[in-house]
Amino acid sequence: MDTKTAPGRFGRYGGRYVPETLVPAHQELELAYAEAQKDPSFGEQVAQVLREFVGRETPLTPARRLTTLWGGAEVWLKREDLAHTGAHKINNTIGQVLLAKRMGKKRIIAETGAGQHGVATATACALFGLPCEVYMGALDVERQSLNVFRMKALGATVHAVESGSRTLKDAMNEAMRVWVAQIHDTHYVIGSAAGPHPYPTIVRDFQSVIGKEVRTQSLVAFGQLPDAIIACIGGGSNAIGILHPFIGDKNVRLVGVEAGGHGLDSGQHGASLTLGTEGVLHGSRSLVLQDEHGQIMEAHSISAGLDYPGVGPELAYLAKTGRVEVRTATDDEALKAFYEVCRNEGILPALESSHAFARAGELARELGKGKYLVINCSGRGDKDVATIAARGVPPAIRLEGA
Amino acid sequence: MSGAIADAFARARARGEGALVAYAMAGDPDLPRSVDVFAACVEGGADILEIGVAFSDPIADGPVIQGASERALKAGSTLRRVLDEVVPAVRERCPQTPLVVMTYVNVIMALGEERYAKLARERGVSGTILPDLPPEESIDIRQAFDREGLELIPLCAPTTSPKRAESIAKDARGFVYCVSVAGVTGMRSQLPADLSERLELVRRVSPVPVVAGFGISSAEQARVVGAHADGVVVGSAIVRAAQADGPSAARQVCADIKRGLKR
Repeated sequence: MDTKTAPGRFGRYGGRYVPETLVPAHQELELAYAEAQKDPSFGEQVAQVLREFVGRETPLTPARRLTTLWGGAEVWLKREDLAHTGAHKINNTIGQVLLAKRMGKKRIIAETGAGQHGVATATACALFGLPCEVYMGALDVERQSLNVFRMKALGATVHAVESGSRTLKDAMNEAMRVWVAQIHDTHYVIGSAAGPHPYPTIVRDFQSVIGKEVRTQSLVAFGQLPDAIIACIGGGSNAIGILHPFIGDKNVRLVGVEAGGHGLDSGQHGASLTLGTEGVLHGSRSLVLQDEHGQIMEAHSISAGLDYPGVGPELAYLAKTGRVEVRTATDDEALKAFYEVCRNEGILPALESSHAFARAGELARELGKGKYLVINCSGRGDKDVATIAARGVPPAIRLEGA
Repeated sequence: MSGAIADAFARARARGEGALVAYAMAGDPDLPRSVDVFAACVEGGADILEIGVAFSDPIADGPVIQGASERALKAGSTLRRVLDEVVPAVRERCPQTPLVVMTYVNVIMALGEERYAKLARERGVSGTILPDLPPEESIDIRQAFDREGLELIPLCAPTTSPKRAESIAKDARGFVYCVSVAGVTGMRSQLPADLSERLELVRRVSPVPVVAGFGISSAEQARVVGAHADGVVVGSAIVRAAQADGPSAARQVCADIKRGLKR
């Protein structure tokens, strides 16, 4: 199934809703990316950096104790937490910064939520010698101080954005505003598979390395494609990255988990595929959390990377057509899953990834024994330890640990 | 060309002046008092009023209008309330002045583009500016607007190629809004040197008047730009003045700019 029904469109979703000032830059990027794709040396260059610097391929690790605990399908983890900088975000930033260099851009700007994309962008900029400015919601600057330090250590300038909800969506607004003023020599590295065309396509392509590796690795590890793959969805870059290469494989169930926050009834969540309506945010038409007047609502999640009120247009299309099944996990469920993974597998998953783990047990049982489930462990949880520690250990976990 | 917008430009031209398109935010500081700001702009000499409808995520706007957007949303401004409460009140106080709504595409989509076009037209709105709707994405909305006789006013940017600018201008309704600087809305001390050239290029091919906006806040800037355009748009300077000192300050800004537009 080809989900690309028109250039930059995924069914009704996608497109390029940006100020006229930005249109030529998007056209230039579209063209440069098309040329880069035709140039084998570009693909080789990206692959080489991913291999030598990022440490790809990342392992597909058997989760034996979770398999036993959940009592269903055999569980395997795609270990994006082991990619350099600790999350899948680096796959995209290496590709985009190399593309920017190819285009002769002199400076990089980026937005970041949890800071993983900011760290990954700052890292790619340090590696390739480009100045880097990162826009981050002031609230996220507070709750992700480790990543703020890392970005600064890598030489990036971090701008705390005070407008709106002071989170990811506002950081993205600000980065777009800054980009309009610096368009001639600056490339904006968008970190999610969202935003105006061609970003959703570019980010998906660079992140698809995850799913391509899973295809090969699963054949080696258990002799077949997985029966199901599950990933968390905020904007959706790790999800589209691991799921996209399997879209044509009808027997592989594709499952996304959104941030349920305080619960879907609470109005405080990040479940744009589940409860969003069609709208235009950050340059593309997709499903967004908005009120009846078209004002974008503030999303909430314990995970700074998932509290985004929009979602990538291709995922919106895949969810609407039913190819991707969408579920949600609350803050509490994600926290509980975090400890479950820590104590059973010796892995500290990111709070984002913990949302995927929170729904994976059920999915493993639904699939049943003899089936294979792959969970995208999209990042590591070091950045989240202050948030998690502040919440205290959930009672259920405390009993199990005692 | 025909209609209220065209007439307003023609009247200004007949008086030997460039037209002033004055922008203020509906609902800032609240809905009734924003009506006073619009009326004051007309008293100061504004030829066309641009009625800003707040959006939570205004990617084309600088800090002054962002702030106005936040205040308007807090005051309960919505597109529907602007059409029901602000537009009719402004029309009553300024019956001669064409009204143009400026907002973002999501706000229009939420109401429904056809429903919006109908309501806007019924209440006396002549045109609409959507800064995040480039021509490639505007076909459906424009058809809906055309059916109601509501003019979708296109934007041209400093980064727009001459060829693209020509095609935007040829298709334009109402007027062409030439963005003077590569950046967001807001006052600037200097405008780019090639602005006059770009304005002349668009003017040569455009069937409708051409105005320059973004960054214009003084009579002197209006005089320089006005020599190469049919008018100017002033927004942030009015919004800031109105916020600081109320409607009379907005009137003063418009009168100053208007002085610069005398030929």
